Amino acid sequence: MTPDDIKRVVLDVLTRIAPEVDPASIQSGVSFRDQLDLDSMDFLNFVLALHDRLGVDIPEADYPRLYTLDGAVAYLASKSVRAAAP
Amino acid sequence: MPSLGSDMEAGTLVQWLKHPGDAVKRGDIIAVVDTQKGAIEIEVFEEGVIESVQIKQGEKVPVGTVLAMIRGTGPERPRVPAATAPPSAPAREGPPTPAAVSAPQKTPHEEPSRRRVSPMARKVAADLGVDVTQVEGTGSGGAITREDVERAAAALKTSAAHKPSAPTARAGDMRAAIASAMARSKREIPHYYLSSTIDMSGSLAWLRAENEKRPVAERLLPVALLIKAVGLALREVPELNGYWIDGAFREGTGVHVGCAISLRGGGLVAPGLHDADRMDLGTLMRQLSDLVARARAGSLKSSDLSDPTITVTNLGDQGAEAAFGIIYPPQVALVGFGKIAERPWVCSGKIEARPLLTATLSADHRATDGHRGGVFLAAVDRLLQAPEKL
Repeated sequence: MTPDDIKRVVLDVLTRIAPEVDPASIQSGVSFRDQLDLDSMDFLNFVLALHDRLGVDIPEADYPRLYTLDGAVAYLASKSVRAAAP
Repeated sequence: MPSLGSDMEAGTLVQWLKHPGDAVKRGDIIAVVDTQKGAIEIEVFEEGVIESVQIKQGEKVPVGTVLAMIRGTGPERPRVPAATAPPSAPAREGPPTPAAVSAPQKTPHEEPSRRRVSPMARKVAADLGVDVTQVEGTGSGGAITREDVERAAAALKTSAAHKPSAPTARAGDMRAAIASAMARSKREIPHYYLSSTIDMSGSLAWLRAENEKRPVAERLLPVALLIKAVGLALREVPELNGYWIDGAFREGTGVHVGCAISLRGGGLVAPGLHDADRMDLGTLMRQLSDLVARARAGSLKSSDLSDPTITVTNLGDQGAEAAFGIIYPPQVALVGFGKIAERPWVCSGKIEARPLLTATLSADHRATDGHRGGVFLAAVDRLLQAPEKL
């Protein structure tokens, strides 16, 4: 899965949680919680959906790495490469 | 028409999901009602067979109006009015509505569907422009039921479903409902406010270790611990758990914690977690997650809204340091939690950075005095220091 594919999944998951958000308006380096008005339950659902869609295990200690679009794509790309490796 | 909060005066029957002749049991959804808080599914609290429905679809009636009559299944069981508030729910304060629960039974609007086309099916067919001769009947003896008509209508793409109000109108209605309840609260309830700072380092450390063991779908949020601690603390100070009705306190039957949930389009609902003091944290978290999802999807049930005995607001999630809330009448208390943030804390004569939480209590001074409120907040603090026992 390419970083672009991962980005599409992340944006899709986010816009399901916050349907009023235009994915094109999401700024890559700004925290989702600040720009999308997510609460902790939304964030938990975000992590859960990424886990389900990408099949990556996301320990709670890594949550801060998912706070921005850039961070999330980089983190998930590293995890899915590792998951795909033999 | 059950009361789904003190701010509700009337509701519009959108759709009957059960019909005369249908057997119902406790917990079945029998109708959908439109309120200022959105469309709510109405549950039934009796077991039996629906004898008649008293309200037509589209009709707006005051809280307390009988919606349907249910005949009990046993030979001696009397008929009971259905779909009124559950027995434990508070009566709405204020002057009684003209059509109370005890309103005399009217002539049923329809009969059990033993004919080939039930009267309701005919009416719905007429409303939806469906030709009943073209509809396949699945009812008793091949009778055409309302569902058959609706299926046919859906197939014709003439929606039989309730058309929700435009989002702006819905937001306006909800704003009006909140305005009414909060203005009444501030007009009638002499609030007192207490706050307490709680060291959350023990709770958060326990939570981190616990979540490491749990799969993503079963992980806990700090709010689950907070709600459980509130539930248990209310056992120690039960005079904060209940309602102020007709000049007196009535203790709630059970601890049903209303959770203030902000909606994405604006507005707020506070559906209840039933028996929050009895649930283990995993169950509590699952139910909370389900409640938030349903509140935001607009699919709450009547039992979610009819009987919370206290409200918890967790505005800390949005970053506020402390929340001093307004009580949701006829409840007598509201607990507010602020953001858990590292702040200086003095421990054994030293200043340390600790994750601290400001917990507040807004309480009705008619029902309790500040001393008991203080005892309650101290109990919440003590319980959060032993998270493994929650």
